[in-house]
Parts: sequence; structure tokens; C-alpha cells
Amino acid sequence: MASMRDIKRRKESVTSTGQITKAMKLVSTVKLQHAKSHVEEAKPYFQHLYDAINSILSKSEGVSHPLLSGGDSKKKAIILVTSNRGLAGGYNSNAIKLITKGGFEKDDVVVYAVGRKGKEALVNLGYDVRKDYSEVMNKPLFSDAVEIGREVMQAFKDNEVGEIYLAYTIFKNTVVHIPTIKRLLPFVPEEGDVREKKTIEDLTLMNYEPESEEVLSEIIPKYVNGIIYGALIEALASENGARMQAMDNATNNAEEMIADLELKYNRARQGSITQELTEIVAGASAIN
Amino acid sequence: MADKLFKVQVICPERVFYEGECDLLELKTTEGDIGILAGHIPLTAIIAPGAMKIKNGAETKVAALHDGFIEVLTDKVLILAESCEWPDEIDLNRAKEAKVRAERRLKGADGEIDVKRAEFALRKALLRIDLCENK
Repeated sequence: MASMRDIKRRKESVTSTGQITKAMKLVSTVKLQHAKSHVEEAKPYFQHLYDAINSILSKSEGVSHPLLSGGDSKKKAIILVTSNRGLAGGYNSNAIKLITKGGFEKDDVVVYAVGRKGKEALVNLGYDVRKDYSEVMNKPLFSDAVEIGREVMQAFKDNEVGEIYLAYTIFKNTVVHIPTIKRLLPFVPEEGDVREKKTIEDLTLMNYEPESEEVLSEIIPKYVNGIIYGALIEALASENGARMQAMDNATNNAEEMIADLELKYNRARQGSITQELTEIVAGASAIN
Repeated sequence: MADKLFKVQVICPERVFYEGECDLLELKTTEGDIGILAGHIPLTAIIAPGAMKIKNGAETKVAALHDGFIEVLTDKVLILAESCEWPDEIDLNRAKEAKVRAERRLKGADGEIDVKRAEFALRKALLRIDLCENK
């Protein structure tokens, strides 16, 4: 059995770790609340943006637009959203797996990394990480999304890449986060997704100023920027949610270990007292 | 004219900027200034930086609308703005700085994209200054 001193030392170390994880849990809970409210405030914008672009596309069928038809480049740009810090359970590794196990040829992938963890992992694996926007993850702004969007769309227009993907973690609710990879460009409208019957009626009458092709070439970049922004804030919420869960588990484990060590410590103490007593009694009887 | 009301929604990525009813909506598109009354034909247009006026009876609300697009439907108007602000949210000093910066860039700029961006920034700055000083 380990000595009393060893057990005591171990217990102290577990206690202080437990305090740290507990504090981290509280911090990420607060951050999660913020991030969550951001996600909720942003939702209507994306819903309407998505509806608008779908309705325009379903009306202007057969429109050929450079942003709709893919380039012939085999390269694929992937925007990977991860976190800057670790200790968030499987959050980062799940997002990275979308790329490493997503059926992409390593040489065909150009990564635009948002988040230090994802960038470091992919650099180590030998991926081509073109740009790093990690500082964005501290507080994503819409202008950051515009910046990233402009960069990838420029690569797309220059025919450097033929497709653009976005890998991030959807924030479904506090406990459910789904790592997903989405294709941004070339854009494919979802079939039969005109949600309200009324819109069809509006569509037949809809006028475009300027022409629908021009409107399209203005709106698609806005759509891409919007989706990127949405991904950033959802990923931030997911990150904090994941960290909160991970830290909650860690705190629980620490408490369990402390209880266990406490028991061991008491036993060891009892053992040493018994031993001392036996020794004294034995010594006394030897003298008599 | 001013009896018929229609619904207006102005939505930014960060928040729902404005939601309410009005009888006249004025704003600037890439094709020029437009005014919308109830019963307007369905229209989709791209927004250019300009002042947006939301009129409801005697009350008029003014806001700086910088970028985005507008969808006029039969029963409501939907504006998806990338950035939009009320006059009292504008930072006048920042706008003035931005104006100087954009002018400086316009003078020294080469390449078409840079000019476009600088012009856009200049228009935004001018609009902000204008709204701020006339509020």
C-alpha cells in the first residue's frame, strides 16, 4: 500500500486539477451563453438569405454563371474551422477528421485554416495550408468572414481551385454538436425546397434590377460570406459547448478520484496507527 | 396615399435591425433611388450605400444602409443588409478617418479592384458623416 504521504500528495494534486477544470467549465459556460445568443440572433438572416438565393435560382433556370459551374481545376479549397485552444474533448479532432477521412486526395486539398488546432494538425500531416485566420476565432466578425470569402472566391475565379468546401461543427444545442462538411461553390440549389407556396406566385412576377444574372453574381458572394460567418459563430458555440462538457466530465472524475483517495488515505492512517499500537504492545510484553 | 401600410423587415447578420410597418420606404439601389409604397410589384435589387427612410404617418426613421439586397414581395419588404446602422450608432470620428483613408487610396491606387473598394469605402464614409451631422 502506498504511504500516507504519497496518497496525501496525490490527493492535493487531484484537488488542484479539479479546481482548474471547474473554473474552466464556468468560463466556457459563460462564453457558451454569449455564443449561443449570437447564433440565435444570426439565424433569421441566413434563413432569408438561403430562401432568397434558392428562389432566384429556381426561377432563372439554365443560367450559366462562373460561380455556379465549377472550374476544371482538380484542387479543392477547404475552409476548416477549429479552435485555438485544446481541452475541448473531441471537438477539434472530429473536425479535422472531416478532411483526413473525408475521401480527399491529400495533394488536391488547399486548406484555409481558421483555428490554430486544425492548422497545426494538418501542417503536421503534410497538407497544404494556404492561409491561417486563427485570430478570428477569438471573436468572429462579419468582416472576417467577408475577408475569408473574398480570398477563397478569388482562388475560385482564378481557377486555382475547382471547388470550395467548408468544414465546421454545427451547433444543434448545448450538448449536440455535429461536425459537417458543406460544399459552398459551385452552388447547387436544393431541389424542391421552396418552402412556401406563396413564394412561387411571387416568383413568376419577380422583377430583377439589374438583370437576374447580375443580381446573382452579387448575391452568391454575399451568400458565401454569410455562410462562412454562420459557420464561424456556430463553431465558436460548439467549441465552448464541447469544452464545457469535457470540463464537466473532468471535474466529476476528479471528485470521484478524491473520494477514492480519501478512503485510501484513511485506511492507510488506520493501518499505521494499528501497526504502532501493535509495536508498543509487543515491546511492553517483551520487557515484562 | 399614405393610408396603406406594409411590413418591413431589415435583417443584418448580427441582429434583426428593424421590424415593423410603414407606408413609404425610400432607399438607394445600384440602379438609383427608389421609393416603395404598398402594392409595389415584386422586385429584387442590389442595395447601394445610401440613407434608408422608413416613414409611418408623421414619424420618419432614418438609417444608414450600406450593403445587401432588397426583396419586395406582395405583402412585405425584406432587406438583407450586410451592415446597417441608426445615426446615433455612427462614430463620426471613425467615419471621417475612413473618408480620408479612402480618398488617399483613390489617389494612389492602381488596379481596378482597389479603386472599386476605395470608392465603396468613400461612399460609406460620406453617408455616415452626412447622417451623423444632419440627425
